[in-house]
Amino acid sequence: MSTPTLPAKDAISDRAIALATRALSKSFGSLAVARNVELNLPVGARYALIGPNGAGKTTLINLMTGMLAPNTGKIFLDGDDITALEPQQRVRRGLTRTFQINTLFAGLNPLEAVMLAVAERRGIADKFWQNIAVHKEAIEEAYDILVKLRLGDCCYQVTRELPYGRQRLLEIALALATRPKVLLLDEPAAGVPQEESGDIFEAVAGLSDELTLLFIEHDMHVVFRFASHIIVLVGGMVFTEGSPAEIAADPGVREVYLGKRKHG
Amino acid sequence: MALTAAITPQAYLQAQSRWHPLEIAFWVATLLPFGLFPNYLSLASQIAIAALFALSLDLILGYAGVVSLGHAAFFGIGAYTAGLFSKFVWGECISGLVVAAAMAALVGYASSFIIARFRHLTLIMITLGLGLLLHEAANSAGWLTGGSDGLQGVEIWPLFGLFKFDLYGTTAYAYSLAVLFLLFLAARRLINSPFGLALRGIRENWVRMPAIGASSRAHIRKIYTIAAAMAGVAGAVIAQTTQTVSLEALSFERSADVLVMLVLGGAGRLYGGLIGAAIFMIARDQFSGIAPQYWYFWIGVLLVIVVMVLPNGILGGLSHIAARWTRK
Repeated sequence: MSTPTLPAKDAISDRAIALATRALSKSFGSLAVARNVELNLPVGARYALIGPNGAGKTTLINLMTGMLAPNTGKIFLDGDDITALEPQQRVRRGLTRTFQINTLFAGLNPLEAVMLAVAERRGIADKFWQNIAVHKEAIEEAYDILVKLRLGDCCYQVTRELPYGRQRLLEIALALATRPKVLLLDEPAAGVPQEESGDIFEAVAGLSDELTLLFIEHDMHVVFRFASHIIVLVGGMVFTEGSPAEIAADPGVREVYLGKRKHG
Repeated sequence: MALTAAITPQAYLQAQSRWHPLEIAFWVATLLPFGLFPNYLSLASQIAIAALFALSLDLILGYAGVVSLGHAAFFGIGAYTAGLFSKFVWGECISGLVVAAAMAALVGYASSFIIARFRHLTLIMITLGLGLLLHEAANSAGWLTGGSDGLQGVEIWPLFGLFKFDLYGTTAYAYSLAVLFLLFLAARRLINSPFGLALRGIRENWVRMPAIGASSRAHIRKIYTIAAAMAGVAGAVIAQTTQTVSLEALSFERSADVLVMLVLGGAGRLYGGLIGAAIFMIARDQFSGIAPQYWYFWIGVLLVIVVMVLPNGILGGLSHIAARWTRK
């Protein structure tokens, strides 16, 4: 499939849908955190999910990846209904996420952590009778991912001692090791100083065009620079969606953000 | 750091499983009792068995983070299986070990479906409960197990038809040590395998595992079964070398003791259980010589001090000191 790097909305609208939700709803008691959410992520999309704090952005990722079960509605990956699948089954089908707060293996080094994810994907993680070093191809694959995310030089250093920015990159490296078709990034640059957050998004932008991406981000400069399409979520509902230009011009969106100024 | 960054990832991973000179020294030292302490071979044999039992606990607790207070269940199953096997089938010991391991693995596998669903306190209570349950079952099934009198009539043939299990414990120690060493090699291979890495992943971050496509529960079921088999072998060896099985093999005290050994030595380091078992058993031997009723008091003191001063056990403390020393 030939895909331009930043396809316009019209160009992608008739492409295959990688991930879709239909009438997805979730509430905690009387608090509705997702209301009738309908999303369509075309293959190769670079979508941003924005919205004020508490809009339900992370909840939506939790629902799509199976970390939370929806009350009603369905989730489709490549046209297959995956609503009933366990999180790890969804990952094996190519739907992977990263976490807003580092959720890493603190006592492993990046090589071991990425190797673990690669081993799981290759189905060799249950081989208890072989030395790990015999799996040359898997090791090389893990190392290549680390190098791609500029973690090659610190891959033997235990994760808990890595600088925060490096840990954020490792989050992405772990996700890539699962060879996702759809990658959901929950604030990939959260907590990273602004001058470094560019690095992280450059790494994200450098990913394969075939990879379908949805990312949550608060920094509008980053959103407008990297997203081809923006979904605005407010109070668990899709408030509006459109191209960056459309969203920037939308008075309703401005109101939502100016009305509730606390974000970040 | 600059030096290590120069080696290839494969060489790095290969180096993780290389034998350290201290390891070789350790295993050579295990032969010393034959020459130096011939009067303590029975104790040495008990230590080797306890070490194997602690090693099996280390696989689930130290590597996969599964806390158990009922690990004696598998030790006891192994002991009774080996004892009954010698009584009703034959007294050949290697086949006895295999049958005991299989039996313990079977029960381990069956219970692993419950174990893999829970963590932390719930898990401690479940393992404790299952352990107590089995203890009481063995107690009431006196027709089979001999109840509180212990299993009588265990008769073990000479090892390979040549070496009799004598009173001095020479054969017993050689046998226990050989079994320990072979299963240690297996455990060492396991923790350096892709599966061993997955276990460490579970210990480090249980929540993240599904997000990289891993099924933690399947891994836990597997390691729990393996650890049960290993504990079963430890129990079988004690039944064969002492030619009796007492209800104590299934007791809560045994589950607690093995946990203390592992914590003393340092969990998650393979040798922690071995060192812990040696210290625990020698301390028990010495302290009970001084004051038979109060020896647990001293174990308590030792445990409290070690846990307070060396949170990662004696081995953890030593490696910390060694790391500091080499950095200077």
